[in-house]
Amino acid sequence: MSLGTGIRLADLIAAICFILALRGLTGPKTARNGNLLGAGGMLLAIGITFATHDLTHFLLIAGAMVIGVVVAVPAARLVKMTAMPQMVAAFNGVGGGAAALIALATFLRAPAGSLAVYQVVEVILGVAIGCISFAGSCIAFAKLQELMTGRAITYPGQQVWNGIVGAGILGLAIAVCVNQVHWIVAVILVLALAFGVAFVLPVGGADVPVLISLLNSFTGLAVAASGFVLHSVVLVVAGTLVGASGTLLTQMMSRAMGRSLPNILFSAFGSVITATGGAEGDTTRSVRSASAEDVAILLSYANKVIVVPGYGLAVAQAQHTIRELADLLEARGIEVIYAIHPVAGRMPGHMNVLLAEANVPYEQLKEMDEANPEFQSADVALVIGANDVVNPAAKNNPASPIYGMPILAVDEARNIVFMKRSMRPGFAGIDNELLFDPKTTLLFGDAKDSLTKVVAAVKAM
Amino acid sequence: MNGGDILSLITVFVLSAFVGFEVIAKVPSTLHTPLMSGTNAIHGVVVVGAMLVLGTANGAMQMTLGFVAVVLATLNVVGGFVVTDRMLEMFKVRKPAPKVAAAPSAAASASTEAGQK
Repeated sequence: MSLGTGIRLADLIAAICFILALRGLTGPKTARNGNLLGAGGMLLAIGITFATHDLTHFLLIAGAMVIGVVVAVPAARLVKMTAMPQMVAAFNGVGGGAAALIALATFLRAPAGSLAVYQVVEVILGVAIGCISFAGSCIAFAKLQELMTGRAITYPGQQVWNGIVGAGILGLAIAVCVNQVHWIVAVILVLALAFGVAFVLPVGGADVPVLISLLNSFTGLAVAASGFVLHSVVLVVAGTLVGASGTLLTQMMSRAMGRSLPNILFSAFGSVITATGGAEGDTTRSVRSASAEDVAILLSYANKVIVVPGYGLAVAQAQHTIRELADLLEARGIEVIYAIHPVAGRMPGHMNVLLAEANVPYEQLKEMDEANPEFQSADVALVIGANDVVNPAAKNNPASPIYGMPILAVDEARNIVFMKRSMRPGFAGIDNELLFDPKTTLLFGDAKDSLTKVVAAVKAM
Repeated sequence: MNGGDILSLITVFVLSAFVGFEVIAKVPSTLHTPLMSGTNAIHGVVVVGAMLVLGTANGAMQMTLGFVAVVLATLNVVGGFVVTDRMLEMFKVRKPAPKVAAAPSAAASASTEAGQK
């Protein structure tokens, strides 16, 4: 087997590892192994590069890698879980920067005028996309780390300026194809950095993670472009995989927030003032709806689940199904209790009767006063067809008709899942703020249908 | 590099794009962020390119560019995988079997009840 064949074979194996890693990351059971498999493919790709390429400056390479490891490992290990998104942004940004530098170095190395047009195009793509991703990720990091305001930043003529910068990059790219002058590439680099900053400024708040996902797929494309520059198959495969899957993932993330991607990227131009000014307008707020699989994952990996049954459970006759779900969760070692509000349902004791019929053990039923302290330590509060009895307006909003009514403190749980038929308010006809809470997940549908689906998904877990 | 090589790279590019779209067709939203972080680690393969640039560099300019690229790319790949692994810790397989697990959780709830009394 010749050296060249060996490299190609190793590239192929690494590429397969990356594909399987991506697939593994789409399921809760396989995700960890998927990530490890990706790391394995990476080690193989790096090892084979050391072993087969005739690299000089070996000590410099090793030294640079040691610096990278010494900085990255503690940073990634010590960061708080809540600061994860900006950490991803930072690591994404440096990857884009590396891709840009690779393309730039290759361009500078070639004698002026010696590159074919397609090779110049590869370089420009690598430099431009890499720089956009680098600069954009820096701003996203700064926003999430609160080094600058997290809000959308807008200024007059923003779109026009972005258009001018974009057109400038395009024009210079054409110029450099015709005449391979080094300083033009330097100007493109600066303009691309500026474009990356300008692109991210008008995106704010909860939308930043979606933007990071988009920048992540940009970096993938920049890596693919640098793979073209270097004729490296493994770079092209891995970069393109990330570019494609990252784009799809970005769409999924924005859909999960009930928004469209263009809406997230460009909504700040004009409409955002009304959205932040009149925060009470329900039409501008988004709720997070999820699938039965999502709810099943949340439940299966919890330590403690509190079920809050309401009228919807009774109407759907879902008491046996919730019992089945609770049994499944307990079999996984999860603590399950039921929090019964005195007026849940349509009559006092309605829920107790219903759950007793399904043979729910009496010890698991907790009255409100007994249940409320439990919510603080609960991973998931599963609210089934109840609304008014968990509405924080009763605590916070003196103008609300239910103000003063004691409620179940589901807002203290780490995650809240609402099973509802629709966004319609409950019996008392009052909107529930909790539905718009970032830690709330909504599963729309008849309680029994929804629970049956969740039961099936938990069984498959 | 001749025309055949660039065509085979373009072939690889197009096929990889299709695979990238297909392989994550359905993802529960709980896994969106870990998946983003995992793909972030995978494009850290750019470290291979950075090694090639530094390993064939001539002159201070190229060596500086290559060196910085290797440092940045290593940050990407190492940080990416470690962060993803930490995110996925919540999916660790629970050790205790059903019977064994029931006892400690019952004991735990008993002790919290006792604490409240």
